[in-house]
Amino acid sequence: MTARPATDVDWGRVRAWGLYGGLTMAFIAAIGMVESLDARMMVHPVLSLGYLFLLWAPPAFGYAAAYEPVKEGMAAPAKGARDLVAGAVAGLLAGAVFGLFIVVAATFDLREVFVKLSPVLVDLLTFGRGVGFGVATWIVLSTGLGLVGGLLHVLPERGRAAVFNALAAVFVVALLELAVVDVLETFRLEAVERFLYAPNGGITIPGAVVVALVAGFVTLRTTGGAVLRFRSRYAAMTGEERRRFGVRWGLVAIAGLVVFPMIVGGLTNELLANVGLFLLMALGLNLVVGYAGLLDLGYVAFFAVGAYTTALLTSPLSPTLKPMFRLDLLTVEGWVVMAIVIAVAALSGLVIGTPVIRLRGDYLAIVTLGFGEIVRILFLSDWLAPLFGGAQGIRNIPPGYLGPIKVAGTSPQTIFYVVTIFVGIAIYVAWRLYHSRIGRAWAALREDEDVAEAMGIDTTRMKLLAFVTGAILASFSGMIFAVKVGSVFPSSFKLIVSIIVLVIVIVGGMGSIPGVVIGAVVLIGVLGGPTQPGLLAEFGEFKLLLYGVLLVVMMLRRPEGLWPSVQRQRELHQEEFLQDAWLKTEAAQAAARGEAPS
Amino acid sequence: MTTDTPVLEFRNVHTHYGPVHVLKDVSMEIRPGELVCLLGGNASGKTTTLKTILGMVVPSSGDVLVDGEVVTGKSTAEIVARGVSMVPENRRLFKRMTVLENLEIGAYLREGEDLEEDLERIFEMFPRVKERLHQKAGTLSGGEQQMVAVGRALMARPKLLLMDEPSMGLAPILVQQNFEIIQQINEAGMTIFMVEQNANMALSIADRGYVLQTGQIVLADTAERLLANEDLRRAYLGELE
Ligand SMILES: Nc1ncnc2c1ncn2[C@@H]1O[C@H](COP(=O)(O)OP(=O)(O)O)[C@@H](O)[C@H]1O
Ligand SMILES: [Mg+2]
Repeated sequence: MTARPATDVDWGRVRAWGLYGGLTMAFIAAIGMVESLDARMMVHPVLSLGYLFLLWAPPAFGYAAAYEPVKEGMAAPAKGARDLVAGAVAGLLAGAVFGLFIVVAATFDLREVFVKLSPVLVDLLTFGRGVGFGVATWIVLSTGLGLVGGLLHVLPERGRAAVFNALAAVFVVALLELAVVDVLETFRLEAVERFLYAPNGGITIPGAVVVALVAGFVTLRTTGGAVLRFRSRYAAMTGEERRRFGVRWGLVAIAGLVVFPMIVGGLTNELLANVGLFLLMALGLNLVVGYAGLLDLGYVAFFAVGAYTTALLTSPLSPTLKPMFRLDLLTVEGWVVMAIVIAVAALSGLVIGTPVIRLRGDYLAIVTLGFGEIVRILFLSDWLAPLFGGAQGIRNIPPGYLGPIKVAGTSPQTIFYVVTIFVGIAIYVAWRLYHSRIGRAWAALREDEDVAEAMGIDTTRMKLLAFVTGAILASFSGMIFAVKVGSVFPSSFKLIVSIIVLVIVIVGGMGSIPGVVIGAVVLIGVLGGPTQPGLLAEFGEFKLLLYGVLLVVMMLRRPEGLWPSVQRQRELHQEEFLQDAWLKTEAAQAAARGEAPS
Repeated sequence: MTTDTPVLEFRNVHTHYGPVHVLKDVSMEIRPGELVCLLGGNASGKTTTLKTILGMVVPSSGDVLVDGEVVTGKSTAEIVARGVSMVPENRRLFKRMTVLENLEIGAYLREGEDLEEDLERIFEMFPRVKERLHQKAGTLSGGEQQMVAVGRALMARPKLLLMDEPSMGLAPILVQQNFEIIQQINEAGMTIFMVEQNANMALSIADRGYVLQTGQIVLADTAERLLANEDLRRAYLGELE
């Protein structure tokens, strides 16, 4: 192969990605992310989360600039100096655009329009050493990082994975500081803690280096395709083997879930409890949206119904009705509360579901959205204030009990355990439904409602079933939420809750239970819920922006979600050639299992 | 003609979509083992007739009888359970499900029954279907889709098979094959009610035919006599050939 000249670069591509990079950095700075996130140290003392949000751009866009599509049946384009040139030039361009932004921000007072363009920000961006120094530094830095991006493109797959995993590991270790410190302290490993983390937050430089080396080394040493090999091994198992495999790892997972909350502190448990509450809702919404294909934007209504029902039944401060039940899940009284919550949720599912269920697609989404708001406004209304307390809500919801154990928000650990039990139930119910005749009916319904009806599927009943089951799961979440917070207000049940639960389902992978679990952990655990902080609590006001970005990126790059269901993957990749490829692997697996090819 | 109770009977059926009057005083009957076709031009109400049989639209007056029992106003699920199944217009497979899943949905109401035998029977009739069993239905060719659609309807073990324009959108050679298969299924004892625009083809395999024009039955006769009646066909069906 003849060597390619270093200038054999797609300049249009380089120009475009360089500009995008620079504009992205300027945007991130202009909306105030750099300034707000500067408070969170990632690598002490050199790298704050704020700077990290700028620094990822040049290498990423440099890599994109160097990228060349590989076409099937054609020789892969030779890599080499040209990639470095493309990356560096894109980085340079990005740095220049960003430098220009700094100059403008420093020279003109634009705060009337761009409120976040403060002198503090300029100071931060110029490292407190003047505009000239700042701009020059950014151009050099950006060029260098762009070059790194290009270099990454030259590296073979494995090397790239090693670098990526090394960086990701440092990021995750810094991200999980709270939980890791808890664990280390439980095991009296203060020495490790002091080595890894700086006293006032952030991973230390030696710590970062060690973590990066370990992760990179492990990546290089493990042979690739571990996931694929696992999958084919799992596919080759017999039913009995699979069952035993499931039981074994299920027990390990349960043991982990029991032990983990004990070795981490209150804040981590609080976070886990929130993940659980949203996961419970997401599992319910997954039945409605993912399985039955009904886009319900008013799902928060059932969460609210569960919470208010619990409040009414247990709180001494409930305005009129105060039966003051004791919510002990190991007594008959507790079961009565549960039964009433389930009944009220099912009833509200029917009441909201029946009129809207005949609507399709967009209409269903809009009408359910309306119903969700109506429920909140009813709880807020003066008219029903004698029952629900209006804007004051209902306070003094007593803790719940599991026999002698008190379950209350003051001890998030107990909330986490309870929510985990309910999540377990929800997963079991969802899994059983999915693999039943009902699950098949839902799939048919989602695909073609008229034909499903002509096959004898009672479409109305199936849809209502999904709606009501979803409502009950959300009401469980509401019940635990009420006990956790100790009070319910209409303002806790806004549209944003429905939206975030829907985003969890979509990002995780519609119709996929593991996907929904991952979606809840990533979104609620890391970014945080509507009012609940996540691991990156500093995100605060930018949370919704990041939700939006994540959603857009996912829809463009991976519409089937992080962990798609088999069904959904098929739905989204309809191309024949993929189908053929799938058939080929299927045949290969059958052959490996020793079956005769059909 | 046999004297058994008709598998399907329409007694002065009127069907409306909202205020729009589509079927106007339709009466007909289909006896066990017959292959009857309903001919009619575009928008004459053929699909509406099938939907009325299945209870997907409810007649505004008149009665539909399946096996001598009035089913007017009963749910589609109930009517399907009584042994009526349909191959819809344009086949309408569940495109993103596999062929096998499509067939299983066809047997939806036969809860818990063993489907092996039925599947074998379908594979015998359509060896192609067996080859494609785990492929997404949407990736099949038109002819294969037709086979799966017929198979899906047969999985319900119906007494009466409804077919909505089976020749629509198929290449001429496939149309020919398709009609041969319909004929075979009929000869094996299945009662079939087929809706068609392609009058020549349909009448060549049918026992009897009805002609529908703007929602009214304008002609009912044996297939031979209808075939011979060219002028009528031209007048009512507006045939192109
Ligand atoms: N869902 C519906 N709502 C209103 N009008 C309809 C509907 N379906 C069909 N029609 C009308 O009923 C008439 C008969 O339609 P159809 O039975 O589909 O005809 P064919 O199958 O013979 O082509 C047409 O005029 C059509 O526009
Ligand atoms: Mg039609």
